Amino acid sequence: MKSESIVEKKNNEQFKAMLNIFMKKYAILLIFIVMVIILSILSPAFLRPRNIMNVFRQISIIAVIAMGVTFIIITGGIDLSSGSVVALVAVVAASLAHPNQFPLIFAIIGGMLVGALTGCISGTIVTKQKIPAFIATLGMMIVARGAALIYSDGRPITNFTPSFDFISGGYIFGIPTPIYILALVTVVSHILLKHTKFGKYVYAIGGNSNAALVSGINSTRVVIMVYTYAGLLTGLAGVMLASRLSAGQPTAGVGYELDAIAAATIGGVSHSGGIGTIFGTIVGALIIGVLNNGLDLLNVSAYWQQIIKGVIIVGAVIMDKRKNR
Amino acid sequence: MTSEFILEMSQISKTFPGVKALQEVQLNVRKGTVHSLMGENGAGKSTLMKILIGIHPADSGGQILFKGNPVTIHSTNDALGMGISMIHQELSPVPFMTISENIFLGRESTYGKSFWVNDKEMNQRTEELLNQLEISLDPKMLMKDLSIANTQMVEIAKAISYNSELIIMDEPTSAITEKEVKHLFKIIRGLKDKGVSIIYISHKMDEIFKISDDITIFRDGQYIGTKHVDELDTNKLISMMVGRELKEMFPKEHAEIGDILLEAKNLSRKGFFSNISFNVRKGEILGFAGLMGAGRTEVMESIFGITKLDEGEIFIHGNKVNIRHPKDAIGHKMALLTEDRKLTGCFLPLSVRDNIAIASMDKYTTSGFINPKKINTECAEASIKLNVKTPSMEQLIKNLSGGNQQKVLVARWLQTDPEILIVDEPTRGIDVGAKAEIHRLLCQLAKAGKAVIMISSELPEVLGMSDRVVVMHNGKITGEVKRDEATQERVMELAIG
Repeated sequence: MKSESIVEKKNNEQFKAMLNIFMKKYAILLIFIVMVIILSILSPAFLRPRNIMNVFRQISIIAVIAMGVTFIIITGGIDLSSGSVVALVAVVAASLAHPNQFPLIFAIIGGMLVGALTGCISGTIVTKQKIPAFIATLGMMIVARGAALIYSDGRPITNFTPSFDFISGGYIFGIPTPIYILALVTVVSHILLKHTKFGKYVYAIGGNSNAALVSGINSTRVVIMVYTYAGLLTGLAGVMLASRLSAGQPTAGVGYELDAIAAATIGGVSHSGGIGTIFGTIVGALIIGVLNNGLDLLNVSAYWQQIIKGVIIVGAVIMDKRKNR
Repeated sequence: MTSEFILEMSQISKTFPGVKALQEVQLNVRKGTVHSLMGENGAGKSTLMKILIGIHPADSGGQILFKGNPVTIHSTNDALGMGISMIHQELSPVPFMTISENIFLGRESTYGKSFWVNDKEMNQRTEELLNQLEISLDPKMLMKDLSIANTQMVEIAKAISYNSELIIMDEPTSAITEKEVKHLFKIIRGLKDKGVSIIYISHKMDEIFKISDDITIFRDGQYIGTKHVDELDTNKLISMMVGRELKEMFPKEHAEIGDILLEAKNLSRKGFFSNISFNVRKGEILGFAGLMGAGRTEVMESIFGITKLDEGEIFIHGNKVNIRHPKDAIGHKMALLTEDRKLTGCFLPLSVRDNIAIASMDKYTTSGFINPKKINTECAEASIKLNVKTPSMEQLIKNLSGGNQQKVLVARWLQTDPEILIVDEPTRGIDVGAKAEIHRLLCQLAKAGKAVIMISSELPEVLGMSDRVVVMHNGKITGEVKRDEATQERVMELAIG
């Protein structure tokens, strides 16, 4: 009788420990699922496939940026320039997508290269000049916006070859193209971060830059590569945005950098470096997307949505701090 | 009963996780005297002082009497309020504030009870203070513009400005020149005349004998004795400091000593060390002894490519090498187990496996992609070989004990298959069991033909493990002793300079 209760107690403790580990790992997913359940009860329209695809389409651009931002934050950095770079890339890509000029791929690759170049510059300044990422990318944010305005003369660049619309507006097997792009970027980023030497070094540099040096890691090179990769993805996001708006808008993308940082942060990427996953960031982006969409469906005013979003971001970080204690 | 003592500490113990730092020690300081504390690194001097000024709580059972009354000190503010201040060994100035702002930090003069700071009054009081100490500095100078010596003098002025009755000085002369030491001693004598008592911690023998009235000696967290300075001379003092029986057993094994693997010639780095030459052979354990701050760590960091040498040459297998980054050093089959596990060793947010693998990633990758099976099995094997106690390889290293963390770091370096292994304080802060395991491992590595350089501030460890001991003092090599000639007294003499 007595021994049974001890066994029971032990099982109970084991269960608690397992629950604890599970909660630590998947707390954010759980929150997401709870949100989905509540929203689907409150609004029957929420779970309709059309609406769900809509959510994914809406988050796709921010989520693609957030993938790269995840790498940067894991190294202990930050990128404030994404929104402006998106605009710069959008006008460049748009200008390369006029009908009967170049093949469409030029616009896509060209846009991505412009993005990668901005990232490479930021990364070089951060590492070689030892300037805090906040400042280096703040500078890039302002410069890229100015460059977008100069390049486009301050006006939207329109008149695309029709196939350019396909990037953001098309469907493959009934599923919007941006979802395929997001899926591809997610898989590639996950593999890079978890299954390559490069990825391990990213975590190591953010986890302890001194120890990374002693371990023979060339941090300068790795960090520049991280910013370049993030820039490349921001470039892709810029192409997607130009396609969605059917115009290269030099004033577009304002605030995207903060949305991307928010997605990563809600997803558990730690700003002290060394912690974070692509999976977490995707869930973070989905939480923002579902929240926007659900609150819209429930007719919550856009003003209140802002407050709710802000509270959730800070709440996520508080929770993260608690569980890591 | 009015006591002749201003401070009486008795039965003070302090236990840190896994280590007994102080065992029922005592310290009695007479009013208006300079009382020196002596002992090797880790003897317990600093811990005792940190208890006195409220940084660490003592274990229960001890008693502190200040001016004859029992006191409990929970914080530095408590201590300051009672009249106890301390000049720390590591200076902590606020660089972009003025001298007077630094001195009055946290107790700024204000206009009445308002929150407007009265700079004029602070500057004036600082000027008086500096004049009184004959320090010719402008109170409005920024701390960042002062030399280290002057920064030190300002710290001293700050400690005095509290009008404390007991001032603790922890290595106050480590950064100042002969002339300033004289000046400091003059200040100390002035304070004594006013009835202020000083607790003086220093490793410099000549200073100790010049300035002290009484000397208390600690060893391995134990109280050895208190003597009047006239009762002691250097030899007696050293033997009290190191006079333990070498009862600890070291698993020293006979290893075949071969050719020179690494040779350093005239290494210098301005401000840290100069003219460092030594060599280490296959199968040899070369000990590096010295006091904290002697420059041993800095030498190894430069050899490993973490910091730049100003001068000097390094030879490996007789060939001159150019090491500009740790990756070059690793390429030359060197490994460096650093002194500070947290600061330069562990990747705290990462798993045990990744912590082991990180310095040898090329082994587990093909064109950049990790072979999960290889990394898992090899790291698990390494972890088992070193007897790392961890529930799984996925466990985060921050959840491991200090000893196990250290074993993980050793495993990391063994994965790089080094020929020259530099270990800096390899057993600091880890439990006895893990310590013995690391000692055994180092001996095995030497036996397997590796060259081991071991920095250690623990004399028994250095003597018990090394084939030869190089002793450093103040950035220079002061001597080299062979294993059979090395005694604690001999090494300590060289370490003190």
